[in-house]
Amino acid sequence: MTSTQPDRSEPTGGQQAASQTWLIKGVQPLGGPATDLILSGGRITESGQRLTAAGAQLLDGTGLVALPGLVDLHTHLREPGREDAETVLTGTQAAALGGYTAVHAMANTDPVADTAGVVEQIWRLGRQAGYCDVRPVGAVTAGLDGRQLAELAAMADSAAQVRIFSDDGRCVSDAMLMRRALEYVKAFGGVIAQHAQEPRLTDGAQLNEGEMSGMLGLAGWPAVAEEAIIARDCLLAAHVGSALHVCHVSTAGSVEIIRWAKSKGWRVTAEVTPHHLLLTDELAASYDPVYKVNPPLRTRADVDALRAGLADGTIDCVATDHAPHPVEDKETEWQVAAFGMTGLETALRVVHAAMLDTGLLDWAGVADRMSVRPAAIGQLDGRTATTSSAVRRGASAGENAPTSAVLHGRPLEPGSPANLVLYDPAARSVVDPDLHASRSRNTPFAGLDLPGQVIATFLRGEPTVLDGKLAR
Amino acid sequence: MNRHLISAGDLSRDDALLILDTAEELAQMADRPIRKLPTLRGRTVVNLFYEDSTRTRISFEAAAKRLSADVINFSAKGSSVAKGESLKDTALTLEAMGADAVVIRHQASGAPHRLSGWVRGSVVNAGDGTHEHPTQALLDAFTMRRRLGRLDGLRVAIVGDVLHSRVARSNVLLLRTLGADVTLVAPPTLLPVAVSAWPCEVSYDLSAVLPKTDVVMMLRVQTERMTASYFPTVREYSRRYGLDAARMALLPDHSIVMHPGPMNRGVEIAAEVADSARSTIVEQVANGVSVRMAVLYLLLGGAELGGADADASRDAPTRDAASRGSDSRDGETETGWPSSEASEVAR
Repeated sequence: MTSTQPDRSEPTGGQQAASQTWLIKGVQPLGGPATDLILSGGRITESGQRLTAAGAQLLDGTGLVALPGLVDLHTHLREPGREDAETVLTGTQAAALGGYTAVHAMANTDPVADTAGVVEQIWRLGRQAGYCDVRPVGAVTAGLDGRQLAELAAMADSAAQVRIFSDDGRCVSDAMLMRRALEYVKAFGGVIAQHAQEPRLTDGAQLNEGEMSGMLGLAGWPAVAEEAIIARDCLLAAHVGSALHVCHVSTAGSVEIIRWAKSKGWRVTAEVTPHHLLLTDELAASYDPVYKVNPPLRTRADVDALRAGLADGTIDCVATDHAPHPVEDKETEWQVAAFGMTGLETALRVVHAAMLDTGLLDWAGVADRMSVRPAAIGQLDGRTATTSSAVRRGASAGENAPTSAVLHGRPLEPGSPANLVLYDPAARSVVDPDLHASRSRNTPFAGLDLPGQVIATFLRGEPTVLDGKLAR
Repeated sequence: MNRHLISAGDLSRDDALLILDTAEELAQMADRPIRKLPTLRGRTVVNLFYEDSTRTRISFEAAAKRLSADVINFSAKGSSVAKGESLKDTALTLEAMGADAVVIRHQASGAPHRLSGWVRGSVVNAGDGTHEHPTQALLDAFTMRRRLGRLDGLRVAIVGDVLHSRVARSNVLLLRTLGADVTLVAPPTLLPVAVSAWPCEVSYDLSAVLPKTDVVMMLRVQTERMTASYFPTVREYSRRYGLDAARMALLPDHSIVMHPGPMNRGVEIAAEVADSARSTIVEQVANGVSVRMAVLYLLLGGAELGGADADASRDAPTRDAASRGSDSRDGETETGWPSSEASEVAR
């Protein structure tokens, strides 16, 4: 399990160069002027007007926006351990249907992704499924226990090449441990992605602390429980000169703190979920746990601040925090229900509604926040010089080869890997969870009329989605 | 009236007054030699209690039986919901048994609301977590009106653990509807942070409030608050927010003292206060039966009594959107719900 040599006999899915050539006619990259694209050998080979390619598969892209394949920094694929909720296969199918070509699989599986063996297993499952690149996130602490560091370098050096580490679902609340983690990952260019939740301030917490929690009699989850940790971690990251990524920012105050940290030039990045960009805590009045999530839905003022923060770049990217749960974990009283919402299959449409239709971002901005920047944070853009030779010690050239192919968030121009999504911005439909590929149905957007539709997704030139359906 | 009684906020002024007036009529029956009406003969009322609350369960049971309903007591207490049968499955079971009304006491806020989406019968909230306890508020209003003759303009102080109190939430909503002026009195730690949005006044100073008070309602201090730094010591709480004889003397002569029970004598209320002539605590218990009779009667629909147009519609289960305004919880039990463990696992 811990071998550093990739198993050449296993299916490599999207890793192998696609043999089929695709000619996409009249598509609008980043919503700009219509153009033709030719995808061949896993790359975009040509871009221009009236292109022809003998023997190519034709795809009419008229009216469709082309974006670089989306990259999710925050996905719960649940495998191993909770295959009743999701598997790597179903989760990556959901991702492909949402326009994603790479997802980062969170570490809170069972067993926890805290060793090279587990992260390599998840990475291999992703390659076998072939629907998108699966980048395992390693646990910061062994067993997510918050007591001692997991073997972070072993995970970084493994075939999975872990770069992001997180105890997501739990906060690394011990300040000393957080400091050590931030310091330690500097050796191999790692990033600590913090689930910012002060545990004592959120003991038993159920819903954003405010008018709604008071009225509904649900234990309050104060904004300060998130903000205090973010402030502390920004200071720690600055002190040791390391990189902090803040998971699922949910409050106006958090946006302010991150804006301040960035103004200092500190290496702090942040993500926001689609649901925090659209939904508020008033939905909890139904006591339907489909609206129960960690961090909780907040107020309209928070939603507005998050949108503004994403628009001005304070928040770097959208990350789904796709958290599938079987129906029995949600069809309960609010207090016993599991936290979390699915999100992969609706993310782009929600961002369309929350950011594009409101004029806060254009398509180039959406591409930046959902592909370019998350790829950079996840070090998938080929620009981040962190895979130093020192770290890659012992890695064979053969192992490095696929790494160069795993590039995301690149411009839609000749030479780039053909990772892209074609999206129909004029479509509109009501979200129907029964049509989702995810094994779980806990989407808070069910029944909501949302704009747009993912028409096709290409992973290294191979379609994973065509005509809005899985291509294989 | 709605088909369910989940939040005191669901009741219009007319609904609330109808319940109180009906309760008044039914209370007179309690003085007769035969205290039973045939009104709900053949109807089934299930008492579904996930929390120990003997007084509330008995009160509902007596109410249903005096109306000749068949009563099934379903005690799910201690059945950790995570391990035992889910609330939904229990609901389907009760449905199959033909329950016309389900009276539910549950440690999770919102459980009656969830239940109402799963059963066809009426759901009566007998206390849910730290949310609401609407029949307690109704019996409190009934008691106030009986003692003081009116509710409109009445000055009511609710004192103690408002944050976790389903009694306080329901009372604030109902008393507001009925025209009373409520002041919540508590240490800041035991008030919701957004309490300023509630339709009432707030004070940290009990002694300052009492001279302007017609009704003072003392809430029970739960044992687990005593060790969770909501206040330094029980003695300090008692000194500042307890009602002893000296403090009771600050009340106007006509004022009454209420408590939803069970009391912590010597903590929030001194024995001589609890046993004084101002105390309505025993009356509240008796009134509880009358009020719950009225609620069951009106929800399950005998219309002839008082000519009230009680609503008995029994449509397919629909999610009742009306129970939004909420507040809640009495001093009776607590809400030590294992939320952090049970729900933290996955996400």
